[in-house]
This record gives sequence, structure tokens and C-alpha cells, in this order.
Amino acid sequence: MENAATRSGLRDGGRVVLPLLLAIVPFGLVLGVTAAASEVVGGTLGIATSFIIFAGAAQLVTVQLLDAGSSLVVIVVTALIVNVRHLMYSAAMAPHFSEFPRRSRYVLPYLLTDQAFAVSMLRYETTEDPEYKRWYFIGSGMTLWVSWQLSTIAGVALGAQIPESLGLDFAIPLVFLVLLIPAVQTRPGLVAAIFGGLIAVAASGAPYSLGLVIGALSGVAAGVAAERLAER
Amino acid sequence: MWGAVIVIGLGTYLTRLSFIGAFGERQMPPWLGRPLRYVAPAVLGAIVLPAVVMPDGVVDFSPATNPRFVAGLIAMAVAIRFRNVTVVIAVGMAALWILDALL
Repeated sequence: MENAATRSGLRDGGRVVLPLLLAIVPFGLVLGVTAAASEVVGGTLGIATSFIIFAGAAQLVTVQLLDAGSSLVVIVVTALIVNVRHLMYSAAMAPHFSEFPRRSRYVLPYLLTDQAFAVSMLRYETTEDPEYKRWYFIGSGMTLWVSWQLSTIAGVALGAQIPESLGLDFAIPLVFLVLLIPAVQTRPGLVAAIFGGLIAVAASGAPYSLGLVIGALSGVAAGVAAERLAER
Repeated sequence: MWGAVIVIGLGTYLTRLSFIGAFGERQMPPWLGRPLRYVAPAVLGAIVLPAVVMPDGVVDFSPATNPRFVAGLIAMAVAIRFRNVTVVIAVGMAALWILDALL
């Protein structure tokens, strides 16, 4: 019985993320290519970010700022701000994970990405079995993990061959542009994005590459303010 | 650099673990939950806008000297319509190369 839940969970979780790979593989390729093309970062550290951080947006920001020669403290702060959204995912997943064995509760959060969160939360609405839930998360999380590592490595292999004159670094904002669209579907979300962008442009001269952090924090404040105004 | 990457990795793991592990099943307090909803749009806006309007460090809307602004607008229209990374990268990069060649 338990074996059936293990197998079906693993299989269903693995399958459900397959269409998402269309978005993840090019994202990973861009990351690998830009890391390899950067004289500061290089392919090895680029691949290492995929193992150590395993969060695409934060990795791209890290590679970009390392390449720009920003101070390490600012890079850490910026990347962690990009990743603070995981608190939200962790809170939503906690009731389900509390049914898992102790070791899983500490190991599996490493695989808690935007995509693994989205597909698992959706599935958990219609299933009760903790064993199935656990393996569904492992199936989706591991499929995403393997695809992410392989696409980063492939990007690094490609990156060495691509001349800088192609302007491939422009692919980074293009990736973020696609991620931005679902985030601005509510009015406060749109306000947060516009303020975040405008303040980041205005603060671009700030020392230590702090422009992104200043823009992001202002955007969050603007989003909260817009939500408060809408409630009145 | 390796140290920074390791600290970021550790910090990222801890935010993922937070409520699942250490905080138990405690509910997310509203003072934290509300701002968190706007982190994604704010951060992404702060990354995208400077990259397209001031790629060389100064704000520049001229298609002749900053093709990335026009290419970004085209890519945005495509992103709204398709929301597909591959399509947006393909169209955006193609737009940049064509503008580069023309201007």
C-alpha cells in the first residue's frame, strides 16, 4: 500500500512539472551562458550556484552583481531579498510537511522552489495521504532539480563559444520580464513593480550597487501602501 | 566569491525551512505576510527597468543609441501575450540584433 503511494506520488509529481521545463531549461541555459561569459564569475562558480543556491532569480542576480564587481555584502543582501518570498511558501507548506518524517522535513525544503511549491500546493488540495504527498513533492522537486543542473551545465558549455558582441546578457532581463507578468496581475502588485523599477533607476548611482535593494524595498512599501488605500 | 555564494545558499535554505522546521506550524503574522506579497513584483521591476532604460548607466530612450529599450518594449508585448520564456527570449534577442544591425 505504502509502495503504491510512493510510486504513484513520484510518478505524478515528476510528470506534472514536465511542461514547466519549457520555461526552466532556457532560464538555466541563460544562467550558465552568462556565468561562463563573465571573466569574474566563470563556469565553475556558475554551476556551483545551481547546487548551492538552487533559486534561479537569485542566482542570476548574484552572477550579474559579481560580474559588475559589487561588494560581497551587498550581493548577499540583494540575493536574500530576492529569496525572502520562500518564507511565504514555507508557511503554506508547513501543515503538510508536519506529517512527514523528521528527516524529510529538514532535507526537502532545499527543493522548495516557486514551481515545486505551485504544483504541490495545488495537488495537496485534493489528496490526504502524507506518503503520497511526500513523494509527489520529491518527484516534482527532483525533476526540477535535475533539469536545472543539466541546463546550467549545458549553458556553461555553450557560453564559452558565444561571442560577447551578441549581447546575450540581455536575455537576463527578458527572463525576468516573463516572471514579472503574473506578479503584476493585481493593482498593488503593479504599483510595487512600477515603483520598484523607477526608484531603482533613480537610485542607480547609489554606492555599492545598492540601487536594486533600494528600488525593491521602495516597491514593497508602495505595494503595501496601495493595498491599504484600496481597502479604505 | 565562494563565501558569498555559500552564505546565500545557506540563507535561502533557512528561509525555505523557516515555517516547516524551526517555527513549527506557527501562522505567518500579517505584518510579515503583507509585504512578502509584493517582494516579487518590486524586485523584478527593480531588475528589469534599469536593464532596459539604462543599460550603459545613463537613462536613454533613443533607439539609435539604446536598442535595448525598444527591444524591451517588444519583448514586453510578447511576454504579456505568451508568458513563455523561450518565445520572449527569441523575440527579444532577435529584436535587439535587428535594431543593432539597422541603427
